[in-house]
Amino acid sequence: MSDLDRRAAPPGKLPGSLAATPRLDRWLAFAREGHVTVTPGKVELGQGILTALAQIVAEELDVALPRVRVSAASTPGSPNEGVTSGSLSVQDSGMALRHAAAAARAIHLEVAAQRSGVPVEALRVEDGAFLAPDGRVVASYWSQADAALLACEAPADVRAKPPGARRVAGTSAARIDLPDKVFGAARFLHDLRLPGMLHARVVRPPARRARLVTLPDDALPGGAGIARDGAFLAVVAATEHAAERAATHLAARCRWDAEDTLPPQHALADWLRAAPGDRAVVLERDEPAGAPARTLRASFSRPYVTHASIGTCCAVARWQGTTLEVWTHSQGVYNLRADLAKALSMAEDDILVRHMEGAGCYGHNGADDVALDAALAARAAPGRPVRLLWSRAEELGWGPVSSAMLVDIEATLDATGSIAEWREEVISHGHSSRPGRGALPTLLAVEYMDPPREIPNAMNPPLASGGGAQRNAVPAYRIPKLTIGVKHIARMPLRVSALRGLGAPANVFAIESVMDGLAALNGEDALDFRLRHLDDPRAREVLALAAGMAGWRGRARREGFGMGLAYARYKHTGALCAVAAEVEALDRVVCRRLWIAADVGEVINPDGVANQYEGGAIHGVSMALHEAVAFDARMVTSTDWDSYPILRFSEVPQVETRLIARPEEKPLGAGEASLAPTIAAIANAIHDALGIRPRAMPFTPENLAAS
Amino acid sequence: MVAFTLNGAAVSVADDGAPLLHVLRGELGLSGPRLGCGAEACGACVVLVDGAPAHACTLPAQAVAGRSVTTVEGLGTPAAPHPLQRAFLHEQAGQCGFCLSGILVAAVALLARDPDPDDAAIRAALDPHLCRCGSHNRIVRAVRRAAAEMRA
Repeated sequence: MSDLDRRAAPPGKLPGSLAATPRLDRWLAFAREGHVTVTPGKVELGQGILTALAQIVAEELDVALPRVRVSAASTPGSPNEGVTSGSLSVQDSGMALRHAAAAARAIHLEVAAQRSGVPVEALRVEDGAFLAPDGRVVASYWSQADAALLACEAPADVRAKPPGARRVAGTSAARIDLPDKVFGAARFLHDLRLPGMLHARVVRPPARRARLVTLPDDALPGGAGIARDGAFLAVVAATEHAAERAATHLAARCRWDAEDTLPPQHALADWLRAAPGDRAVVLERDEPAGAPARTLRASFSRPYVTHASIGTCCAVARWQGTTLEVWTHSQGVYNLRADLAKALSMAEDDILVRHMEGAGCYGHNGADDVALDAALAARAAPGRPVRLLWSRAEELGWGPVSSAMLVDIEATLDATGSIAEWREEVISHGHSSRPGRGALPTLLAVEYMDPPREIPNAMNPPLASGGGAQRNAVPAYRIPKLTIGVKHIARMPLRVSALRGLGAPANVFAIESVMDGLAALNGEDALDFRLRHLDDPRAREVLALAAGMAGWRGRARREGFGMGLAYARYKHTGALCAVAAEVEALDRVVCRRLWIAADVGEVINPDGVANQYEGGAIHGVSMALHEAVAFDARMVTSTDWDSYPILRFSEVPQVETRLIARPEEKPLGAGEASLAPTIAAIANAIHDALGIRPRAMPFTPENLAAS
Repeated sequence: MVAFTLNGAAVSVADDGAPLLHVLRGELGLSGPRLGCGAEACGACVVLVDGAPAHACTLPAQAVAGRSVTTVEGLGTPAAPHPLQRAFLHEQAGQCGFCLSGILVAAVALLARDPDPDDAAIRAALDPHLCRCGSHNRIVRAVRRAAAEMRA
């Protein structure tokens, strides 16, 4: 297809984030030296998005992949693409860049045609060079590298390459960030060293709610200084060692007034049921159904869980007069800037926020909080960059946690064994208290600064945006009568926010457990029962594929082993995933194997998608078998790796992942799809092995004994 | 002063009681060894001391006086990678990568004492190392690949 044909596409709305930021020079810049710089607003979290975006741009421009350089997001340098979350980066940023690159290519070819006299439809592009039919190079992106050419809005009538013409997007290009990580290069924010940089640590109170009564006035060891704002307390010193010593010294000498504010962990389910909140109906359907014959009722629960990043949260801040610079591994630099401005009573324009990579965050962890901590600490040393690093105890004990949840389901089969009715009530906190979205800041330190401000209760995004507690609360199956309700708890004694999957892990665990229970009630195979209630051919295909990979139909019973199946389409609009799990019941349950079938629509990087699916599944195994935040009346007590264990190498199952290729379909994201169905498949495998239906996560011997 | 060998070069640093990790990352300017927990519980800080894995987050710098310390920076370079680094790239064994520095040097120690470890031996050797992204199986494959290359 010539470029003339490609421009003949019908006009339409600009794709992805290009609709909000249509100027091409906000996204792309060519350099005479022979490279193109891309400035997406989405950030690398370890998910490989920089590589996928570079592939998309290299494809549309027809340049070699190493010529594409991807800048880290910053304010105001990159488009405001909100938060890197929800498995949306390829859809938002990737589709914007695809269109922007196609538009830039068309503009450049038009200019080359005018200047060379070669008709535009006769020009072709080879690694950025524009060639006439006789092979003569008439120009290139680099020779025409003039910012003025892209100082315009993207036209709507540009069409990207057709799927069959793609050569780079859709291949397993190597991660562009991985070499630095394998050679120990200074790539992480944690590795940033600025001239004159100081080191800071926070001294935390002994309770979520506490007032600082006595601050000793003796000198700190190592010449460390103190930054205080109300009950927010940090030490600043020349070295990390000195900062840690000073923090320990000070912590032992402060006196606090602490309050009991947290619910009783031993009776969490009762507390969740009794807690005030608003119930909303997510979906109600009342179509003709068969007469009810048999009914199954069950309740499922998940405790509070947390992100548990391997690297602790870090930020660097520097005050220059009344302006503030912040280096952060936040998922959303503009959102963070907005809340920093509110917390510090500043104008947003006086704050410059730059992204650098941190450890994987898996959702809204303390990455934003620590930026305000660093800004407060840096007040003690105007003009000097101050690096503030959280401890492991802060990482596990002071970052936001993901809501504990209850899911009650009552499902009825008709006389023919089809689902007639399904009533489901979800009880949960909200699932997002991300910064930058409300009138009040949501950064941790605002609750301790003078005057203290309460962080607003976490909200649930609307279902159209994927929902929070109600995410994947509606079964994917054909059910004529349906009532799905969600109670949104009005307060959050423990600060809750987004973690990979939001409400989906608990909801899918509950729904897929009931699906297995209904199949058993009907004396039917769990795969057949699901397929009989699934209309979406793509759903049926992933489910059949996972079952086939696992040898579901021909499986033999093995003493102590069990196999389970589960399916979910993330948010009902995102990627599809089916998982078969094999567990072995020893003194505790171990997950031995996972077979994963994936449909993410168009795949930009197959190996990257497989890595995300497998990583999400292993995260799911960890959440299913181990994870629960522990707390007393005052604070989180699971603040080290012994009290908050995650899955280790020796416990990781074999994983086989297969992708169903759908190059003609829209990309659907990949990062979160496998976690929830993995948990559900493990629950069903445990039932297969032990005859016990797990009701409470994690599936520990204690929780299974109580099921 | 504390004198020791770091990645083959003689270094000496002030003796102020700091853990080796802070000295490596601070005065000596390295970025590979990382703080993950400060309690020998995650492996992000692991370096080799005379070839054996050690947690730099708690080990006082004085403890390595006269000894040889190897960090991930000492294994290889992009131009001349260690077989393990080459294998990790080949298998794309990582996501966020924060855990990799410690895992790579632990794998070096493993292959030095067992040139042909089976899957279980690799997992046992890496069990003190936490990876949250779920790259474990790729990492195990990469170690196997490097072992095969180093035996050849």
